[in-house]
Amino acid sequence: MEPKTLFDKIWDAHVVKQVKDGPDVLYIDRHFIHEVTSPVAFLGLKNRGMKVFRPQNTIATPDHNVPTLQQHLPIKEELSRVQVEALKQNCAANNIQMYGLDHKYHGIVHIIGPELGVTQPGMTIVCGDSHTSTHGAFGSIAFGIGTSEVEMVFASQCILQPKPKKMRISVDGVLGKDVTAKDIALYVIAQISASGGTGYFVEFAGSAIRSLSMEGRMTLCNMSIECGARGGMIAPDETTFAYVKGREFAPKGEEWDQKLVLWKLLKSDDDAAFDAEFHFDAANIEPMITYGTNPGMGIGVSGSIPTGKDLTGSDLITFKKSLEYMGLNPGDKIKGKKVDYVFIGSCTNGRIEDFRLFAEFVKGKQKAESVTAWIVPGSKLVEQQIREEGIVEILEAAGFALRQPGCSACLAMNEDKIPEGKYAVSTSNRNFEGRQGPGARTMLASPLMVAAAAVTGVVSDPRDF
Amino acid sequence: MSIEKFQKLVSTVVPLPIENVDTDQIIPARFLKAVERKGFGDNLFRDWRYKKDGTPNPDFVLNNPRFSGQILVGGKNFGSGSSREHAAWAIYDAGFRVVVSSFFADIFKSNVLNCGLLPVQVSDEFLTGIFETVEADPSAQFEVDLTSQTITNIKAGASVKFDINSYKKECLLNGYDDIDFLISLNEEIVAFEKA
Repeated sequence: MEPKTLFDKIWDAHVVKQVKDGPDVLYIDRHFIHEVTSPVAFLGLKNRGMKVFRPQNTIATPDHNVPTLQQHLPIKEELSRVQVEALKQNCAANNIQMYGLDHKYHGIVHIIGPELGVTQPGMTIVCGDSHTSTHGAFGSIAFGIGTSEVEMVFASQCILQPKPKKMRISVDGVLGKDVTAKDIALYVIAQISASGGTGYFVEFAGSAIRSLSMEGRMTLCNMSIECGARGGMIAPDETTFAYVKGREFAPKGEEWDQKLVLWKLLKSDDDAAFDAEFHFDAANIEPMITYGTNPGMGIGVSGSIPTGKDLTGSDLITFKKSLEYMGLNPGDKIKGKKVDYVFIGSCTNGRIEDFRLFAEFVKGKQKAESVTAWIVPGSKLVEQQIREEGIVEILEAAGFALRQPGCSACLAMNEDKIPEGKYAVSTSNRNFEGRQGPGARTMLASPLMVAAAAVTGVVSDPRDF
Repeated sequence: MSIEKFQKLVSTVVPLPIENVDTDQIIPARFLKAVERKGFGDNLFRDWRYKKDGTPNPDFVLNNPRFSGQILVGGKNFGSGSSREHAAWAIYDAGFRVVVSSFFADIFKSNVLNCGLLPVQVSDEFLTGIFETVEADPSAQFEVDLTSQTITNIKAGASVKFDINSYKKECLLNGYDDIDFLISLNEEIVAFEKA
């Protein structure tokens, strides 16, 4: 039998039909939806006189538009409120389970899927959100889709999809002090560029990847879209199984035993061929931060902003435009740059481990007076755990306040927007112009880098403390 | 619901020679709040197109009377970032029918095809040629022919082929919609679920 990659094994097992000279008809095991990319798809379905084909495989939560304070009150902004209300009505009309603001399982769609055990190895998972790649951490094929494709899944539980090429990114060795999964992600993207993975589905491998917790693996797979890849995945192992076991919707008893046998087969064959391969040494990665307006514009915290002297033509125009937007000078050291806002949260770094790291760093220190800090758990369950572990007390003693779950300052769709011209060190995933608010200047980094900036008011190296 | 048929188009182009134009630039998240698909064209490139006070930014190409047409030409890695199909809708609603670049982000490419816009991927060299031609003469005409899969820079006398999978080509030529196709597979899908 021809050796296969992990990706091939899962993909091939989900092909309902191959269209001649065209895409595959791919069966989807789990469909996550939120309020922004679903309403037009629901409307299209309604116009066809149809209902959702497999509502039991569809899970909904409002996350992009929701405020992160006083969630018990009606949403102030009318358009946001209407969108959240539309999700509620559409789910009710189609018999879809929705975890609304008042539900104990509410949270960001890519946080709640895994923590409820809905996300499992070997599945195909889609959502009208590019960061669906997060779920690949469990050894599933998970990727973001557009609204037309959301409607396809509503109507048929399938989508038409050409099979992407396969890339393997291996990171071997031991990670240095204060180097996290987020730093691996920003390092890899800086190495292969924000479009280096376009056309590919990535499998992350190597000893440094295996050493990551599930939270770390989710952060890494979440960011795989930022190198242009359709998604990222990691072969499931004991770390994965231990995380899934016992969760609300995870298989139980005999079913668990049966699934486990199958899940253990989910790995790339030794001699499986990839269309592209990259190898990186974990020892070369230091805490990372971005200085520009795409996630590939990242450097180690001890480094300097590139001079751009080797660039020409449109590359040079793009580089200059980016630094001008950021108000940063070519060749300057990044350390010591002023920071106005810090944000920890989002589907990238809104999990319990992220808050533990942050709290451990700020414990016994004080938030810099000049800094505004938004500390936003990814879900109600994360919030609950933060409280149970005594993290809230540590945060409060250091001058920080915990907000309520939602996408928050990641994308400026709700009330949490970074003001024009202000610098934010953020654990989110995109530093595009205006991403965190019109004119906002985003520097992407890990929870530890955010913590260090929060207590000093400038870009700082957590290893110096 | 079907998509608009696309066979052939002859038009001037609107040049946007910037790389890594992400979907947050094409349409910022704060304009994604509609529950119907209408009105997105007004917010296409919102933060580049309008000044802070809401008046048009005269420096931006869409506000420059020298340039018009149904073909939008962007720098490489066009459409990166968010999966929002609203980005494709905004381009379509603003009157474009073709988007040209030397490199498209994956999700964006599927989204434009699904809403009846044709993505045309050309070499860096051909792209540079388009920018040079239109900079010298904004009235220069370009032809995009889906049947022969060619784009022609008429003035420069240069023509190249572009790729599109034959399924999607049929859909666009005939105005077919993926959803109708998938619904027609109902029996096969149910059989797959039972297997």
